Amino acid sequence: MHPAFSVIFLTTLIGAGQGLFLALITGQSYAAVQLLPSQDSTQFYGNGAAIVMLFLIGGLIASFFHLGRPERAWRAASQWRTSWLSREVIVLPALMFLVFVYGVMHYFEWDTVLFTTKEGAKLQVTLVVGIIGALATFLLFLCTGMIYGCLKFLQEWHSPLTVINYTLLGTASGFVLATAFANHNAPELMRFFGIWATIITIAAFITRSASLIRNSRIKAKSTMQTALGVRHNKIQQKAMGFMGGSVNTRDFFHHASAILFKSMKWVFIVLVFIVPVIVIWYGITEANTTVLLTAFVIQYIGLIAERWFFFAQANHPQNLYYQTI
Amino acid sequence: MTQLALIIDLNVCVGCHACVTSCKEWNTSGSAGFMTDENPYSKDPTGTFFNRVQTYEIGEFPATETLHFPKSCLHCEDPPCVPVCPTGASYKRKEDGIVLVDYDKCIGCRYCSWACPYGVREIDETQKVMKKCTLCVDRIYDEELPESERKPACVLACPTSARLFGDVHDSESDVSVTIREEGGYQLMPEWGTKPANHYLPRRKTRMNIHEDELQRADNPLKKEERGPSAPVDAPTLDDSTSW
Ligand code: SF4
Ligand code: SF4
Repeated sequence: MHPAFSVIFLTTLIGAGQGLFLALITGQSYAAVQLLPSQDSTQFYGNGAAIVMLFLIGGLIASFFHLGRPERAWRAASQWRTSWLSREVIVLPALMFLVFVYGVMHYFEWDTVLFTTKEGAKLQVTLVVGIIGALATFLLFLCTGMIYGCLKFLQEWHSPLTVINYTLLGTASGFVLATAFANHNAPELMRFFGIWATIITIAAFITRSASLIRNSRIKAKSTMQTALGVRHNKIQQKAMGFMGGSVNTRDFFHHASAILFKSMKWVFIVLVFIVPVIVIWYGITEANTTVLLTAFVIQYIGLIAERWFFFAQANHPQNLYYQTI
Repeated sequence: MTQLALIIDLNVCVGCHACVTSCKEWNTSGSAGFMTDENPYSKDPTGTFFNRVQTYEIGEFPATETLHFPKSCLHCEDPPCVPVCPTGASYKRKEDGIVLVDYDKCIGCRYCSWACPYGVREIDETQKVMKKCTLCVDRIYDEELPESERKPACVLACPTSARLFGDVHDSESDVSVTIREEGGYQLMPEWGTKPANHYLPRRKTRMNIHEDELQRADNPLKKEERGPSAPVDAPTLDDSTSW
């Protein structure tokens, strides 16, 4: 498939935003049961939610560039019964709304304590909103992953690993960002987020490698023989029916050289997994926000490469019909 | 239930592209708006087509055969392109099984083209909506046309009658009988899309008679034939025996 930058930015930006939101909720949940010191509502959660919003809005804007007719985008919410894309179109604004409410409540410290247990654990209204938001976050990861995972003849995508990777990669980049953010706004949480960021990045490395291995062994179900219905081992295309290209040649091939395609895999393995883990570790020991932010930026660039490769690797069966001009 | 469809006879298609041009001509002049052509007379011409004819070479030289292969939307009975559409712009008509795109609802997200394994949905780069074969839905029901012309433009244009049009759910229709008797098949059956369009294979008429079968070995007429006799100057029995 042709990797469209609108979709690459959409999925990586909302992934990072969703991950950061999950990090905030994790921090708040730990604080509620007094495993972590609680943080300033405005400074930490309020500003954190604002950053989440920025990423989600960025993703939303990117997605509009993918549409031919963005002015009709509202129609895309209608087919949620059958279409994962439609479901995403509903869940993304819903999540944005929840993040907004969560952020505003924290910012203005409208934070009633619903009840307190004997041990002193507090359930705050914001945490309830946050947990609903966290559910929406996972739902959004599911929708995004399933948009690709549900297409059965794109065999590289048709696997639960697609959803798992979207979830883990997004969460990892959000937690890396949370580490940098915490170092600036809540230093005592920095180590906590840093350790989680490392764990999730390693988990994502395992699942993404699993999908790379799976994809390298895929046996294409469709062949020239089933595409034409001709039983002969030697079939060669002589004409595609046009000479100047068409949507079929533009949208379904990555058009990159074999070397670029191959090297992109190693580029993302290094930039998403290896370098960030080292840089985070260094940033934690130095407690340096710039270093931690660098880790996030490097990983984000790596994720762009990862998404590019994700699309480029998928081989659509229609390509069988478009092999020679 | 009715399921309209095309049957394409690969045995007689000569790859003349008459169906491609008449399809484009009819559909670009319709009420749904033109079909984009970019750089039609310069380098890299490109545009939207509902139907394309491709050419394949089967076998290895010198034992090769040329296959001309027209391809348009197959109006699948279980179309994977329809449920994925987020707007409901893509739909399959209950009454005749035609898969259509509502150009007023489509947001041009291209998701349906990813979901069609046959690569027959093409985004119109000017109108920014998804387009595909409509089976000339604006023609086949047009009562102003004489009955014989209420067929898709490609079917009418084909000079070798390689394209048949009809209801594949009616077992006695011409198309169903043809599929049954001429070995009609579907493309990429492995995905369970159940394409309504069928293709008829290349068929050759060959005699399955072996050379020695041309002469009947036990022909009774042969019984009366004179047996082989020895040459005149060969020695006879009298020459070789002393009585
Ligand atoms: S051929 Fe493609 S576009 Fe046509 S109905 Fe089947 S899946 Fe949909
Ligand atoms: S491109 Fe149009 S018809 Fe296709 S899925 Fe998107 S909205 Fe539906």
